[in-house]
Amino acid sequence: METVVKRLGVWACVLMASIAAIALTPDSGFAIHMGIVGLVAVILVVATATSYDPMARVQGIFRMPPGPSRYDDDPIRWGVIATMFWGIAGLLAGVFIAAQMAFPELNIEPYLNFGRLRPLHTSAVIFAFGGNALLATSFYVVQRTCRTTLALPGLARFVFWGYQLFIVLAATGYLLGISQGKEYAEPEWYVDLWLTIVWVAYLAVFVATILNRREPHIYVANWFYLAFILTVAMLHLVNNLAMPVSLLGAKSYSAFAGVQDALTQWWYGHNAVGFFLTAGFLAMMYYFVPKQAGRPVYSYRLSIIHFWSLIFLYIWAGPHHLHYTALPDWAQTLGMVFSVMLWMPSWGGMINGLMTLNGAWDKVRTDPIIRMMVLALAFYGMSTFEGPMLSIKAVNSLSHYTDWTIGHVHSGALGWNGMITFACVYYLTPRLWNRERLYSLRMINWHFWLATLGIVFYAASMWVAGITQGLMWREYGADGYLVNSFVDTVAALHPMYVLRMGGGLMYLTGALIMAFNIAMTIAGKLRVEAPMGETAHDEAADRPLPPLTAEPAE
Amino acid sequence: MSNTAHTGAFEGHKKLERNVTLLAALTLGVVAIGGIVEIAPLFWIDNTIEKVEGMRPYTPLEQAGRDIYIREGCYVCHSQMIRPFRDEVERYGHYSLAAESMYDHPFQWGSKRTGPDLARVGGKYSDAWHVQHLKAPREVVPESIMPSYAFLAENELKVPDVAANLTALRHVGVPYTDADLAKADADLKAQADPNADAGDLAKRYPKAQIRDFDGDPARVTEMDALVAYLQMLGTLVDVNSAAAQEELTKAEGGR
Repeated sequence: METVVKRLGVWACVLMASIAAIALTPDSGFAIHMGIVGLVAVILVVATATSYDPMARVQGIFRMPPGPSRYDDDPIRWGVIATMFWGIAGLLAGVFIAAQMAFPELNIEPYLNFGRLRPLHTSAVIFAFGGNALLATSFYVVQRTCRTTLALPGLARFVFWGYQLFIVLAATGYLLGISQGKEYAEPEWYVDLWLTIVWVAYLAVFVATILNRREPHIYVANWFYLAFILTVAMLHLVNNLAMPVSLLGAKSYSAFAGVQDALTQWWYGHNAVGFFLTAGFLAMMYYFVPKQAGRPVYSYRLSIIHFWSLIFLYIWAGPHHLHYTALPDWAQTLGMVFSVMLWMPSWGGMINGLMTLNGAWDKVRTDPIIRMMVLALAFYGMSTFEGPMLSIKAVNSLSHYTDWTIGHVHSGALGWNGMITFACVYYLTPRLWNRERLYSLRMINWHFWLATLGIVFYAASMWVAGITQGLMWREYGADGYLVNSFVDTVAALHPMYVLRMGGGLMYLTGALIMAFNIAMTIAGKLRVEAPMGETAHDEAADRPLPPLTAEPAE
Repeated sequence: MSNTAHTGAFEGHKKLERNVTLLAALTLGVVAIGGIVEIAPLFWIDNTIEKVEGMRPYTPLEQAGRDIYIREGCYVCHSQMIRPFRDEVERYGHYSLAAESMYDHPFQWGSKRTGPDLARVGGKYSDAWHVQHLKAPREVVPESIMPSYAFLAENELKVPDVAANLTALRHVGVPYTDADLAKADADLKAQADPNADAGDLAKRYPKAQIRDFDGDPARVTEMDALVAYLQMLGTLVDVNSAAAQEELTKAEGGR
């Protein structure tokens, strides 16, 4: 009873604070954000006061197995659902802004203009979809590889729900025009502070679970998760240093200016790719690929070498986003050299993943989940070759500021991050909900081909668009004048933007098929379908043919 | 075995695999190096930002316009960084100097040019062109894919506390004077109102453009602020006379 009262007190204080903030702030966006925080507090007050257990009710809706599991899997089940939800939301936003670039009439001012929706798309796919996938898989993997349950179960739940609140505040903020104006770091100071609290809790849960381990060694996947959590904390803290205008308003100004701010931002931005989207996802790869293939990781030594070299080199690569700018030349060149070197440890990860399939390559034909993993690794290899190439200053002088960069990040994001996440969710769902198998394996096949074709359309159209625009900008006529006005280059890209939208739509369709498949699996349904890969045994046909009756020669 | 030495090194790694504190500490050390070597020197190497004549902090109205520029996410489609290439210099003007963004918290160099670079867009078009273009881009440039921003002309410019914005900027290093802070509110209104007395605004902020920007002198709108910001971009430094890099070369004895 005493704890109930204490909790009530805490939530009531949060509620009062948010009401006070709403009353005092002159900033309508900030007021809406505090309203969201207040609403969460109200829900928690009601939940605590009535001692009514909303979680049990909601978990019933999502058919989560009641009672304690062998491992602490509830946060992971929620994580899987959140990953699917935010994935669809982020892809939908992506298709919509792609459509806006082909058909600008689709901009609905002010809330649904491209400039506000684009951060919504990038944050939804990177931090909401990718972030939830990382949270869920890291909690899953760390328990299994340490042979122990989550060390701080209450805190683990706080991490999950706290992270969702961060996502909601960030996303609504973009639509309301609350932005720091730094790419991939748009949330304002108070949302950043909230994320810092959640992230420290995440680190605590993860490390404490490792400390409780019943295995002598820390498995390689956990090195990558640990590096991801630590480095993202460092990047987030430094890049978001800012001076709020008022404690009752959303607005703040970055602590750094100009050149210093630019390099800090791209040190952050590039390593959001390097640690959020690479190290963290390599951790997923190191657990789920060997599990699904039923084979041990190809090389332990390679994993050591490429882990340390990857995390050391990645941090240096940021300046390649600032080639030929006012950033000092020495920093640009340093960034380029390290970016090119980064190719090798990146491929170390790809090789270790692909070679794990040695002896199980036949599964690429029979197991659509393995096929997805192989494609993810192939795209990882492709985009980590393209990246170093684009970081070469001569190449970058053409590609920078064009859609080539957009194509590059999407072959990585859709091909590598998307596909490996989908494969992991397909792996996890039947296991987390105690189902015999997925609702349908054939639907994974549809998803696989739609997604693959979608990426091909996306990447190819953006290559063409980027190179076209880069060449048109620098085209000189025989008379020595620039040939194209800027808007000529915009008009030239229209067909490519339409194709790109089509590619995105295919990828989204694949994800919707997946969402249906996952929902049916959670509901406990099994689709009646011919099994994949194995030719069914036909008893009737399995016999010698009758002897040929000899025809007499004419 | 011939590879005993190698095996030894990998044996040593097992120590890390058994101690999460050691693993975490070493990881943090390894990931910190790159940033320290690349970023930290930018704060103390003098020639990172060459001194140029003419740079000054933004006026309150320009800063309010800049805040709208950030709010609307203009940086996702427009860069403010001209690279030193023949075609860019001809298209947009002199390549951007580091000093030109020294008061930009945050920087807005951008990463994508769905639309053209804006680093020197100031003075290239009339106010009326900007207003019309922001209200309905395709009426001015038929092939444009820019969203329309007609609501900016409807919205009264509301800055809760102008001086607080400048104070926050002063805390992070922008040299606003006490007079700038004291007159911040008046400066904001006076710059867009042809009938108001701008006082010594033009003296404290050299080259400040004082006029009605949005074609509606009765009100100070968000459109006023944004156009005021756009019209001053790249106008502060006389790049042709400053020629920072060339002067540096001379100063260092003509390398």
